[in-house]
Amino acid sequence: MNRRFRRPQASTTVAAGILVLLIGLGAIRFEHFASFGNLANLVGDYAFVGVAAVGATFVILSGGVDLSVGSLVAFTAVAIAVLVDHGWHPLAAATAAFGFGTLAGAVIGMLVWWFDLPPFLMTLIAMFAFRAGGFLLSSQATPIMHPFMAQLSSGYQVSVGGTIIPARSLIFLAFAGAGALTLARTRFGRQVCAVGGSRRSAAVMGVGVGPTLVGIYSLAGAASALAGVVFAFGKQAGDPTAAGGLELTVIAAVVIGGTLLSGGVGSVLGTGLGVLILGAIRLLIDFQGDLNPAWTSIATGLLLLGFVLLQKLLGRLRGPAASPST
Amino acid sequence: MTRPDAAPAALLEASGITVEYPGVRALDRVRLVLRPGEIHALMGENGAGKSTLIKVLSGQRRPDAGTLTVRGIPAGFGTPADAERAGISTVFQELDLIPTLSVADNICLGRFPTRWGLIDRRAADRRAEAALARLGVRLDITSPLGTLPLPTQQLVALSRALDVEARVLILDEPTSSLDQTETARLFGVLRALRDDGLGIVFVSHFLAQVESLADRITVLRNGGLVGEWPRSELSRPQLIEAMTGRTIGGDQPAGPTVPAAGRPVLEFDRLGARRRLEPVSGSARAGEALGIAGLRGSGRTELARLLFGADSPDNGTVRIDGVAVRTGSVAESIRHGLAFTPEDRQGQGLILDLSVTENIILALQARQGALRPVPATEQRRVTEHYIASLGIKVPDPGAPVRTLSGGNQQKVLLARWLATQPRILILDEPTRGIDVGARADIESLIADLRAKGLSIILISEELDELIRTCSRALVLRDRRAVGELAGTALTESAVLGLIASAGHAGEPV
Amino acid sequence: MTPRFRPRAAWPALGIAALIVFNAASDLRTGGPGLIGPGAFLHLAIRDGIPSGPLIDVLNYGATFMILAIGMTPVVATRGIDLSVGSIMAIAAAVAAVLSVGGQPPPVSIAAALGAAVVCGLWNGAMVSGIGLQPFVATLVLMVAGRGIAQLITDSQIITFHDPALEYIGLGRPRWLPLPFPFLIAVGLVGVTALLVRKTALGLLLEAVGGNPPAAQLAGVRSRRIIALTYGFSGLCAGIAGLIAAANIKAADPFNAGRNLELAAIFAVVVGGTPLTGGRMSLAGAAVGGLLMQTLTTTMYARNVGADTAPLPEALVILVVALVGAPRAAAWARQRWAR
Repeated sequence: MNRRFRRPQASTTVAAGILVLLIGLGAIRFEHFASFGNLANLVGDYAFVGVAAVGATFVILSGGVDLSVGSLVAFTAVAIAVLVDHGWHPLAAATAAFGFGTLAGAVIGMLVWWFDLPPFLMTLIAMFAFRAGGFLLSSQATPIMHPFMAQLSSGYQVSVGGTIIPARSLIFLAFAGAGALTLARTRFGRQVCAVGGSRRSAAVMGVGVGPTLVGIYSLAGAASALAGVVFAFGKQAGDPTAAGGLELTVIAAVVIGGTLLSGGVGSVLGTGLGVLILGAIRLLIDFQGDLNPAWTSIATGLLLLGFVLLQKLLGRLRGPAASPST
Repeated sequence: MTRPDAAPAALLEASGITVEYPGVRALDRVRLVLRPGEIHALMGENGAGKSTLIKVLSGQRRPDAGTLTVRGIPAGFGTPADAERAGISTVFQELDLIPTLSVADNICLGRFPTRWGLIDRRAADRRAEAALARLGVRLDITSPLGTLPLPTQQLVALSRALDVEARVLILDEPTSSLDQTETARLFGVLRALRDDGLGIVFVSHFLAQVESLADRITVLRNGGLVGEWPRSELSRPQLIEAMTGRTIGGDQPAGPTVPAAGRPVLEFDRLGARRRLEPVSGSARAGEALGIAGLRGSGRTELARLLFGADSPDNGTVRIDGVAVRTGSVAESIRHGLAFTPEDRQGQGLILDLSVTENIILALQARQGALRPVPATEQRRVTEHYIASLGIKVPDPGAPVRTLSGGNQQKVLLARWLATQPRILILDEPTRGIDVGARADIESLIADLRAKGLSIILISEELDELIRTCSRALVLRDRRAVGELAGTALTESAVLGLIASAGHAGEPV
Repeated sequence: MTPRFRPRAAWPALGIAALIVFNAASDLRTGGPGLIGPGAFLHLAIRDGIPSGPLIDVLNYGATFMILAIGMTPVVATRGIDLSVGSIMAIAAAVAAVLSVGGQPPPVSIAAALGAAVVCGLWNGAMVSGIGLQPFVATLVLMVAGRGIAQLITDSQIITFHDPALEYIGLGRPRWLPLPFPFLIAVGLVGVTALLVRKTALGLLLEAVGGNPPAAQLAGVRSRRIIALTYGFSGLCAGIAGLIAAANIKAADPFNAGRNLELAAIFAVVVGGTPLTGGRMSLAGAAVGGLLMQTLTTTMYARNVGADTAPLPEALVILVVALVGAPRAAAWARQRWAR
């Protein structure tokens, strides 16, 4: 009996299957689609989505939602560009932006805790504030010009057997790994699941719900800020209009990866797969060439809807856990 | 089994415990003494204050007055963590576990063993297995708790409670969802724990269980302490008397009789729903009040909701005037002349922020549909009619119903349904928590309605009220019907006798 | 007769007054334009009998917020939320523009646009009350996918149209009452909706469903149908707002039409006296709340804050209002008061 291996959830298996199916479809239709370089690029292009989605996984696991992801990514990128423009070293700017994102997340977490307002509302307000804040820093896209960036663009990748892997995809993988470890193997991670499973029971069981919430939103803010760093260094620019609608992409990735929107159940591994599925769909639409890119957002929405319905259906089949009623 | 007869130092002593909620004194100078190696039953009817006392002991509610000492040391704790540190573990009826987490996580949550900042999975699993093993349970500790049957979940909750160095274990209705074998197994575990020197506070409705398990019994009534007895010194009739304040045998005259020829208006046949109610059959005639007796949790409310279509039955039929009604649809039931006032007036009955008038016309309006509003003059007429005829005390019909007293709120709810001219009226605890005057008003109203040919189904915990009002009663116990009493056979002692008759361990009061 | 039309408009009206005073005071500073000079907030120019100025701008552009807020009010009153209104605006604008350019007469394109908007709203309603999705999830799907749909309709182009009747919706100034036509639409919509709510029992049933869902169900109220209808109505209002937005610029912009208006609409509803916890609603309050939102924005412009950065101070104001209005804060204040 091998009980040490925690069973992967059925939905993670489904997500993995869909990813293989999509790549297979691409490989059949298009030459070079399933090439190593192309797939490595896919991971790289969606690295910032993935990093943000890892943070959003924790929020959704706790039964909340974070709508501020896209605008915080844009804000961070702009902030870095502007700081570099003022003579900062890009790494110092990135660190400052990262710190800001973490702090902003902590504030959101505290407001959610103290005022007991719905997370979607608090993060919706944050979404507007960050977006406008980006414009306040710079009304236009600002290039990041610094000798370090030139250094970065030559050294910002790793070569494996002659194929170039962008370093940002490694950041994504490392961050996802750290996230998975945090979720499964730290007290904090278990508390996140407990709060999402039943806030009341968690409190009775001695979980500090408030500090856990602050931790969750800080982590989400940090993830979005890191995503912004990855984004800015990738584009070598900060654009206040960037990453619009990213919040839905991220939520979709999390849900497709098997995390329940009602909270309590989910995995970071699944989220990673969800991100890659959305990336593969985007890639397929790009390869097709004659398809309107608007299909990406529609496909994302439909996929999200499909998986939410699937979760509902599975939940109903399994039946509600019997509760003693009076 | 050896138990010390000379009382050793108390493990836990609560005295003078007083808890006030706005307008209610839930506990009034209550005292509870728990000795090591003893199972102490806490008994009382609903509203007696048992759950409030447990909340105090487990650190969920700070008492407004009173002292707590644990092994002679004063303890003033206000959080569950404080209580746990003092060695007091509580398993609530709702279990308070996380269904989405694994068994191991549920046992270890809040006290995971860690190594270098990470959870030591191996140690956590060992710990969970050891905790389960103490109760003689073996199960896959990686499976999500929610996928396990309820009795198993309960054992997990118990394991969690014992995982800390618990000296006092408080169990709130631990057997309410267990069958006989499971109960027997749990009792074996509890006896073993007692012999280890733990003190156990055991709350249950089941008299037979208390008799077989408890060493001592403390009885509460209406928030006050009635007394504490060694179990052997308290007979069952004495216990019931202590809990209810009524003696078995001192019967009032039986309630109204009904012309046996009245035709059945409502008939239900093998009506039941999984986990809620075993199939029950019965009928109610025109001009008759049918009582449904039984303790809380015996399935009374479940039966009422199934009859009214608020829940869908798994099997069984409901007929009105011999015609089968589509079950599980409130609108359909209302169309057939059914009406229902729920037990939880504020939570499920009234819309507290809406006015008296709006609450009264709501069912009428819902039946007519949004596009055919009840004309203002009609609204006023209906409201004034019922304010007068039911004696609702309200300064202004436009005032929010929130501002009314409990009795007047109940009358508003009744008025809502009377306005729809129903033929069958299901009343779930219509007099709970209301003052004596309003109580009498509602009783006489029921008599009037019965005289007008309505069929009434009355659920009430107040047996004397049920017997005064009803000509026939269906007695429920443990979510199934255990008998029907009618006419002169319907007396308090007969009902209590049906409920309290000696039986197997799973038998409720 | 029970009053269904409860004036809760006092607070947002007070807010508007305060903003106007603030602007006037700023204008009066030395070097400023004076109280009513050209460039002042209270400046009113009348050319060809048509008034113009910042206050008229508030009425003109505030109409969109008013209409969205009126649509959102029943949704919020039944404990829901509609995040898709901006995208539905874009869809309605796209449908109208494409049909108009395709040579359809205005009534057809207008009807088709509103029809599409209602379908979108009912889709939300079906997801929420039929399938039981959380409102913010169901409407979030349409919020993002809907913009994609709008782009598909226009083939990712900004479609300009020349259709006097369509343009009149946004730019018209009726001779009998020379105020911006969108504002008149909004006022008309408040009137019609209030009348509808007053003359039918909808208001009562909405507040019952939002006030206590299980109690409403036990009283026989068909809650699901009512909830689905609220989203349909929100869709219709978003459609009207979308037509106005398109007419204002004589074009349908699937990328930017209705963008970022969701929060403003929610704010207008809440500040107008309809709590997010449902159970009470005030249409007039929501409408005045919409005007307050626009007054705030116009104030930003008057104080030289750009259109892109204006949401920052606005978000802060909304945050404060949301926090002050939170049940937790109210309970805390009550406790303090009691002591």
